[in-house]
Amino acid sequence: MHEGPEETTLAEERLLPGQPPVMVPGHTFGSLTDKIADIVLRRPLTLGWSLGVAFFASVALLLLFGATYLFVRGVGIWGIAIPTGWGFAIVNFVWWIGIGHAGTLISAILLLLKQSWRNSINRFAEAMTLFAVACAGMFPVLHLGRPWLAYWLFPYPNTMGVWPQFRSPLVWDVFAVSTYGTISFVFWYVGLIPDLATMRDKAHHPWAKAMYGILAMGWRGSVRHWKRYESAYLLLAGLATPLVLSVHTVVSFDFAVSLVPGWHTTIFPPYFVAGAIYSGFAMVLVLAIPIRRFYGVKDMITMRHLDNAAKIMLATGLIVAYGYAMEAFYAFYSGNPWEKFQTMNRMFGPYGFFYWLLITCNIVIPQVLWFKKVRTSPILLFLVSIDVLIGMWLERFVIVVVSLSRDFLPSSWGIYVPTRWDYMTFAGTIGFFFVCMFIFVRLMPMIPIFEVRALLPESAVKAEVAAHD
Amino acid sequence: MTETPLYGLMAEFDNPTELMKAARATYAAGYRNIDAYTPYPIEELADVIGFEKTRVPLVCLLGGILGGLSGYLLQYWINNISYPLNIGGRPSHSWPAFIIVTFEMTILFGGLSAVIGMLGLNGLPAPYHPVFNNPRFSAVSRDRFFLCIEAADPQFDPESARQFLSAFNTVDIAEVLE
Repeated sequence: MHEGPEETTLAEERLLPGQPPVMVPGHTFGSLTDKIADIVLRRPLTLGWSLGVAFFASVALLLLFGATYLFVRGVGIWGIAIPTGWGFAIVNFVWWIGIGHAGTLISAILLLLKQSWRNSINRFAEAMTLFAVACAGMFPVLHLGRPWLAYWLFPYPNTMGVWPQFRSPLVWDVFAVSTYGTISFVFWYVGLIPDLATMRDKAHHPWAKAMYGILAMGWRGSVRHWKRYESAYLLLAGLATPLVLSVHTVVSFDFAVSLVPGWHTTIFPPYFVAGAIYSGFAMVLVLAIPIRRFYGVKDMITMRHLDNAAKIMLATGLIVAYGYAMEAFYAFYSGNPWEKFQTMNRMFGPYGFFYWLLITCNIVIPQVLWFKKVRTSPILLFLVSIDVLIGMWLERFVIVVVSLSRDFLPSSWGIYVPTRWDYMTFAGTIGFFFVCMFIFVRLMPMIPIFEVRALLPESAVKAEVAAHD
Repeated sequence: MTETPLYGLMAEFDNPTELMKAARATYAAGYRNIDAYTPYPIEELADVIGFEKTRVPLVCLLGGILGGLSGYLLQYWINNISYPLNIGGRPSHSWPAFIIVTFEMTILFGGLSAVIGMLGLNGLPAPYHPVFNNPRFSAVSRDRFFLCIEAADPQFDPESARQFLSAFNTVDIAEVLE
């Protein structure tokens, strides 16, 4: 959808032999609408869903516990100690924010590139972005030491008469991440409005009708509204595209603008962005594979989606591999002894094991995605995605911790060991993320109904009527 | 008790082609206060009923410019007028460092004004609208297409409008009260 008249619909799209379609044929406007909306409105509470929520909510309690104790005792409960002032908190922040990137890429960049297959996965990918950004946003705040003063990061007139330091990448980060969170939310919500109207019209329960009705804001599908809607949606996509590329660039500036060996390189922005999309698509697959299985939407999230997502993973994974290679090359080519030392330390120092584990997870194992057999097997794809998520987490660990633990002066070297509070807080955010996803799939249509309607062959206006003007 | 005035006459279709045909003919017949309702966006339809230009991009542009300017000027004012700080001897007006916040503010204001502009120009949120008085209208968010000739149209006459619409392949024609 969102296409001009020159575009083809699904029915006319030429498929290569053996290529699965974006949507399995046989649906009508009504059947599609019912199928997606009924997951929310009619499907009874299942045992699997309840157990899933119970499990992840228990895990999320670890976050509550960890954060509460942190507020009482301060960041000393974590493993961070000079020289390694940035431990798990920053690793997790970068990891989570990276995961969010796939959602925006799917909803904005693939929209501008007119990739109609994105229509059935963009909604939950955007939700994933929102929850991942929420998880990411917690860490820098918890890491502040005095988290209750987090609002000092924003420029507001205050009695102290001071302002944030605008030449600091950490302040750029505040602007980048808060803009990213806001625009992602708005994008997601605008995409939801027509579907919320569908939910309003289909809901029986008066409470559900009222809630969806308020959220739908009186949407009535007027053609004038659609025109402005489409225009605003495209503009948002156009704005979100440079935004998503800028967010991880700014995150990488936190490192690249500093002088720490191993951080101070110009390759950081592009390879951070590629890594973000890499891990984000891995998370999309981790979510999409169980969703299509348990909610019976294999006819809308088809093998084509999984295959395409796997190909994007493969491509971005290769960019990341190039980044690692260039990083090592720069270190030796620069002739800078500290850079050289840092690279040797990364590979063969006390944390060398994690470097090689990262190379295995991020570069070696994902090469299986070259094989069509793997790309068309949901189980294998799921496992590779988990592997990539682990690999990308390790990448951030290696960048943050290893570079800091051995800086210019051997007398200040130290070893960073995370404490149980580090692990608890991290695990807690994973629980929080999945609880949010579980609640989301039962509260909102997880596939954009109006966008998949436009994928149906019957959505096209017959040529003889459309052509006449 | 006064009688509820008529809002318009609404025809229902079960496919986009028939709606398009009817919309084109209605516009050609001289009706101007018309609106079509569809379950998904059909771009050409807006042109057919004579709604060709939207001002959403303009609102977005103005918002983006405002955001960028305020982002840059805020940093300029803070660093040069309100509280100049000498950090490592760098100039107070070190513009390259200000670009990122300027960029983010441009995106933030541009995006928010596109959305608020879209909602505002659409008159949303709208707690009440007469079209919902047609009990069949709720199918517009599922699989039906509607065309409404509004009573506000100078050419509108309930009888002739009904006659006009019944020439098309409609599922239903209903009077919608205000």
